[in-house]
Order: sequence, then structure tokens, then C-alpha cells
Amino acid sequence: MIGQLIVEGLAIGACYGLFAIAVVIIYKTSEVINFGQGEMAMFSTFVAYHILTYYAVPFWLAFLLTLGFAALLGVAVEYLFLRPAKNPSILGLIVITLGAEMLLMGLASWKWGAEQKAFSLPWSYASIYEPFPGIIVSDWAIAVFLTAGVIVALLYVFFRYTRLGIAMRATQQNQNAAKIMGIRTERVFAFAWGLSSLIGTVAAMFFAARATLDPSFMMEPFLRAFAAAVLGGLTSIPGVLIGGEILGLIENLFGYMWPQWKPIVAFVIIVLVLCVRPSGLFSRHFTKKV
Amino acid sequence: MDMKRDYYEDIRLFGSGVILFWSLVLLAFLYTLPLYLPSYRFYLLNLILVHVILAVGLNVLVGYTGQISLGHAGFFAIGAYATTLLMTRLEVPFFPALLAAAFIAAAFGFLVGLPALRLEGPYLSIATLGFGLTITHIIGHMQIFGGRTGIQAPPLDLGIPQLGWSFILETDQGKYYLILTITVLMVLGAINLMKTRVGRSFVAIRDSDIAAEVMGVNLMVYKTLSFAVSAFYAGIAGGLFGFILGFFNPEPFNLILSIVFLVMVVVGGLGSTFGSIAGAVLITWLQFDLLKNIAETPLVGPLLLDISNRWFTVVGLENFNSIILGLVMISIVLFEPLGMFGVWIRVKKYWRTWPF
Repeated sequence: MIGQLIVEGLAIGACYGLFAIAVVIIYKTSEVINFGQGEMAMFSTFVAYHILTYYAVPFWLAFLLTLGFAALLGVAVEYLFLRPAKNPSILGLIVITLGAEMLLMGLASWKWGAEQKAFSLPWSYASIYEPFPGIIVSDWAIAVFLTAGVIVALLYVFFRYTRLGIAMRATQQNQNAAKIMGIRTERVFAFAWGLSSLIGTVAAMFFAARATLDPSFMMEPFLRAFAAAVLGGLTSIPGVLIGGEILGLIENLFGYMWPQWKPIVAFVIIVLVLCVRPSGLFSRHFTKKV
Repeated sequence: MDMKRDYYEDIRLFGSGVILFWSLVLLAFLYTLPLYLPSYRFYLLNLILVHVILAVGLNVLVGYTGQISLGHAGFFAIGAYATTLLMTRLEVPFFPALLAAAFIAAAFGFLVGLPALRLEGPYLSIATLGFGLTITHIIGHMQIFGGRTGIQAPPLDLGIPQLGWSFILETDQGKYYLILTITVLMVLGAINLMKTRVGRSFVAIRDSDIAAEVMGVNLMVYKTLSFAVSAFYAGIAGGLFGFILGFFNPEPFNLILSIVFLVMVVVGGLGSTFGSIAGAVLITWLQFDLLKNIAETPLVGPLLLDISNRWFTVVGLENFNSIILGLVMISIVLFEPLGMFGVWIRVKKYWRTWPF
């Protein structure tokens, strides 16, 4: 029983971690917490649903089209809503991203209605294996583990070895110095938003396949993912994935004992982590200069 | 212009005789409003007044102290449930129950303010957001709070029923007079508060908390106090809100409501009580009246229905208000960061020197 809980916790934790990576990519480059992250991913998942339902295309084509749409959506949100803001305050940035959230949620429920829909991936939650007695693993969980692993590996290579990845790290460390070095920081921001929206959409598709698809289905996963990101430290990508796994485990074990209070575990963890160790488990402490 | 020559001028409640005169005219108009307005509009007016109380309180926290809260729907819910439960279970008369509920909300505000000592910006917003969701989750899962089905607010009795002296407000107009009186008192209280030592400490914390601490402002006391004051206002507003709805469940106190509250303050203009009032009136009217019934509006309604039929869904049109709200939020930050108060200042400046 406990083994089964751990496997399920790790699977959902990988999903949280994947989505938390999307949050962190934006935070790392532009120091904005994107409250619209969940809704950007929700909207793209609805696009995938629309393509799959109304046009008879193979899943892989729909998947690629959706990823392209997600990247464009991320770039569009950055270009239209964040770039025109001149020297915005932190509250201003929060209000802008919340505004994007409300806008996308309203558009999605206007277009597709607010009722729940079924969304399925080729890796079903129902087809299961039993590698060890008592431990059941579904296709869905295997796909989540593989996707998360591949994406983290790709991101590691990207941030370590490519010019664009290094430019993104430079922008995060010091925006003005990066500009002097000839990096077009605006383009780097737009790219970060596109990349983050793309990764968020992949995670959202897994969430939708596990539950159902409706305009507010990403609200709770976003908050869990944010808790995972805080746990991991908001700056290190492997740390965030580990944070997601820890959160998934705690939540699943806790939810087994007190199923009623499962939804609030994440917030208790957020508050505890922020109070005890504000910089997260895997990142250096950042002190503000006066 | 608005030059202050001595300290007394700075702490006066009304800046000039002109402002005092027009405030009194406005009050007289508001108190005689039932003479001119059809009675079905008073539900909306009550809602607006309750939101004015809450927005003024939230402005103390967000606009003056510079702390962010996305959990005010939680304090609002605490006020509503505490008032109703105190009146039905413990049979406390209305006014003590409302005050007690507000103090309970303030105690929770103090608790939420404690993590705020170490957090700022986005972290604080997430922590408060978690608080709001946790409160509604707890209310939804405890039988004493009526669970998901909800509870019935008692009749709004201003007297003390145990002494055989009762004065029950039944109509929306009756409630309107009560809520209007409380709103005026709360708004005056907020304006007054900002002219005291406490208010100036809040502003100092907003401008630079380190500098404020160096100047001798006790951050621990004043940050938590700001949360408590703001939650107190939300508690009063929530207590009145319960009576407007009559029967309520945790559903309306969701995250969207917290966002709407924040939008009221931002749209009205941060750090301006007048702005918060204007923002609360505008956003409440948009969200809960005009855009809710957008399909029945002449001219725009049929056009939107046509668009819905062709490209969208007609059932989804009721979510049109969140599209407009999102656009309002984004454009206010991009084009008018000072909100409606900023527009007012600019108009005033322009006409003061007109025609030059």
C-alpha cells in the first residue's frame, strides 16, 4: 500500500515539477511571478482538444501544433502585456499577469463553455502494469517520468551549452550588463515566455488527461506547482523538480491519512517553507541591498 | 494650489470648506436615494456599499502600507460566517456580533501578517492567496459552518430580542440605510486613521521599510497592525454581506473575488481613499450588474449574441465579465498606473489653470 502511494506521489510530483519548471523559467529571466501561467497552459490544452475533436488529425500532429501555439501565446502575452509596461512595480506586474489570467479564462469559457470535457493522451491512466507485487504503474505515470526527465536534460544542455541559454542566464544575473554585452534582453524575455508556456502546456496536458478539462482546471495545479517551485528555491531547475517530487509525496501520503484536508497541504507547505527558509531548499540565500 | 501652511491644516478631516460642502450634499443625496430609485436597484447598491467598505480597508493594506493581499475573500468569509453564527448559535444581538466578527477577522489578519514580516512581493501574494483558499476549504468541510450547502442568515434585528426590544429590517431599502451609515463611519475612520501617527507609519513602511525601521517605526507592530485593520474592515463588510445574500455558502468567497477586490483598489488608485471608493463603485457595477446581464443590454447584447453564435458559444457568454475585467486590469497598469484618482488629479490640474 505504502509503495503504491509513493509511486503515485512521485508521478503526480513529476507533473507538478514539470509545471513548476515553467514558472521558474519566467521567474529566472524576468523576476515576474506569472499568475497567468496555469491559464496560458489551460488555453493551449483547449486548443489541442479542439484540434483533436474537430479535425481528424493524428495525435502527434495535434501535439506539435499545440506546442507551436503555446509558444506563440507565451510570446504574445509578453509582447502585448508586459513589454509596454514602463518600470512597473511588483504589484503592477502581479496585476498584469492576473489580468492575463482572467482574460484567457474568460475567452476559453466563452469559446468552449464551462462544462467539463474529457481529454485523453495516447498514454492512458487506465492501462496498468504490475512490475512488483502490490505496486501498480500506469502508462500515464511512465510517460510523465520520461517526459520530465527528457525536458530537464534538454534544459540542462540548453542553459549550459547554447548561446541563447547562456544569454538567458546572463540576463537573469544582470540585465544592464547583459545589454552592454550586446544581448537583446527584450528578445530573451519573449523567448523565455514562449519556452515556459510550451513546457507548461506539456504538463497541463498530463493534468487534463488525469482529471478533466475545463476553464479552471489549472488553478489548483498552478498553486501546487508554485509550492513546489518555492520548495525547490525558484531558481534551480533540478531543485524545482525535486521540490515537485517532495510535494507530490507529502501530499499523497497526507491525503491518504486525511483525505478531507488534502487540498490545503500545499499552502501549509508554502507558508512553512517561506517562513523557515525563504530561499527554498536548494538555492542560496539572497540578501537585499539597501 | 494645495499648499499646507501648518500642521493643523494637514490633519484636518476635510481639506477645505468646499470639500466639506459637497460631501454633505452627496450624503444628503445618498440618504434620500430611496425617493428617486426603483426598489429593485437597492440590492446592487447594498453590494456596492459593502464593497466600498472592503476596498477602503484593502487600500489601507495595499495602497498605504504597500503589502499585497490576494486573500481578502477569506477575511470577508470570516466576517460573514462569524456574524451569522454568533447571532444564530449564541443569540448575540446584531451590533455586538458584527463587532466581534470584525475582531475575529482582525485576529486572523494579525496571524496572516506574521509571515508578512519575512515575505514581500510575489511571495506574500501567494501566501495570502493560500490563506484565502484554505479558509473557504475549511468552511466548506465543517458541519458547523453549514458545509457546501451553506447557512441561512438570521433576520437583521437591530434591537436586543432578549429584552423584547426588536427592530427588524426586512426590505433592501432598510438595509441600505444601515449599511450606508456604517459605510460612512468606516470611510471617515479610514481617512482619519491615515492622518495619525499610525497612518504615517504605514506610509513610511510602503516607501521604504528599512528606512522606516531606522526612523523608529516598529515594523513588527505596524505591518501586522495594517493587516489587522484591513481584515477588520473586511470582517465588517463580510458581516453585512451575509445579510444582503440571506442564504450563503463558501462558493462566492473564491479566488476570483479576492482578485476583484484587488482590482477595485488598483483601478481606483493606490493610496487614495477616494479612489478606492470610486474603484469599488465602478468595478462592482461592471462585474455584478452590467456585464452579468450583457446579453440583455440594448445594441451590444444582440451583437455579442451574434458573435457567440458564429464563433463562440452562447452558454459561455456569461463569462464575458472576466474578459473585460482582465482587459481593465492590464490597461490600467499599462496606461494609467495611478488609476481613477490619477485621472481626477490631471483633470483638476488642467481646469485649475484653464485657459492657459
